[in-house]
Amino acid sequence: MIEEFFEQPVYGLAKAEKAALLSRELGELTRHHDAACAPYHSILSAYPPDALPGGSVAPFLPVSMFKMHSLSSVPQEQIFKTMTSSGTTGQAPSRIFLDAETAQLQTRALTRIVTSFIGPKRLPMLIIDHPSVVKDRRTFSARGAGILGLMTFGRDHRFALKDETMELDWESIEYFAQKYPDSPIFAFGFTFMVWQHFLQQLKAAGRKLPFADAILIHSGGWKKLEAEKVSNDIFKGVAKDIAGFSRVHNFYGMVEQTGSVFMECEAGRLHAPLFADIIIRDPQDWRECAIGEAGVIQVLSVLPRSYPGHSLLTEDRGRLLGEDDCPCGRMGKTFEVLGRLPKAEVRGCSDTFAQPVPQGAAA
Amino acid sequence: MDKLVEIVAKSLMLPAEKITEELKYNSIPEWDSVAHMALVTELEDAYGIMLETDDIVGMSSVAKIREILSKYDAAA
Ligand SMILES: [Zn+2]
Repeated sequence: MIEEFFEQPVYGLAKAEKAALLSRELGELTRHHDAACAPYHSILSAYPPDALPGGSVAPFLPVSMFKMHSLSSVPQEQIFKTMTSSGTTGQAPSRIFLDAETAQLQTRALTRIVTSFIGPKRLPMLIIDHPSVVKDRRTFSARGAGILGLMTFGRDHRFALKDETMELDWESIEYFAQKYPDSPIFAFGFTFMVWQHFLQQLKAAGRKLPFADAILIHSGGWKKLEAEKVSNDIFKGVAKDIAGFSRVHNFYGMVEQTGSVFMECEAGRLHAPLFADIIIRDPQDWRECAIGEAGVIQVLSVLPRSYPGHSLLTEDRGRLLGEDDCPCGRMGKTFEVLGRLPKAEVRGCSDTFAQPVPQGAAA
Repeated sequence: MDKLVEIVAKSLMLPAEKITEELKYNSIPEWDSVAHMALVTELEDAYGIMLETDDIVGMSSVAKIREILSKYDAAA
């Protein structure tokens, strides 16, 4: 019962209790999608039950499956929104089909996670992006959907960038600086945008913002920043110095599992919330890696009902840092992301699932 | 006309006669997350209140909004 997950503290259950709750819910989801999504059924039935990748409770699909196939577990008329990920150049985008129930669960889970960090009150919100990313209302890009999802946590929203030129919108910024000096504000943006188009432009203009105890939540890969030798510590230092963001939280999440995001705590670790879990796997044989061992990240979420996305093998490398033992006091697994998998290994992962999937069976 | 119905109709850009107590968030294209944020702003301005995140997430139908507003002593 998914409602049980909303009755418990989001970072409060110890290992055994969380594992029992999760495996029951994930097992139910596997059976639901197996019965409701023909292509998913045909993928699973290519394996003997005891040889399913990731185990029979929640066998994983490589995320690339959502680029190659239309995977839906609800009738077409129940789909009210399709989310797409931008995908890398030359690749088809992922398509994720949402019904009202799954969308509602995503929002509720995200609310539990984010308000546990920023509190129940909505703070004045500066969006580190430009307004046109949320223009197309029917089909959102992952970027637009991410921003809209986070806008619920703010009020008096302003966009910090003008348009596709990525120029700072000084009018918005001045408005905020004058209206909320020495106040906590809330800002959200994608990691690279925040660094390159916000912090660097403020720095170049010699401006410091007057906010106090302000919160910045950002997501997206570190790849571009690593190339510029910008570590998480440097990022946080500059965000605090230039813009007054003394609380900075990165999060890791996939458009295929919107809602159950992995937030970075005060100790700098990414945390699995009650709605989700993380497993690091050895790409050679898919065994579970121990704490400290690097491997491929598998993400699990109890939210996806309208598409079979509850257990996914990502194209990212990571390493578990611990379980139920973070200095911040939150329970659950903690981990770090080590970057994208090399291309050849990504191909290797997808080849595990080279079986033909009947076309036209999906909604 | 009912004040809440008027505000919902304005935010969703729909005629007031389409706004029923049972009308649900995300059940029609006009009431999506963008319209929902516009609705929140309209409600806050009209009733002089500041809604919390949980209220916004809980505003799943017109009837639910009415219930949430009553918590703020806002006569909906
Ligand atoms: Zn922690």
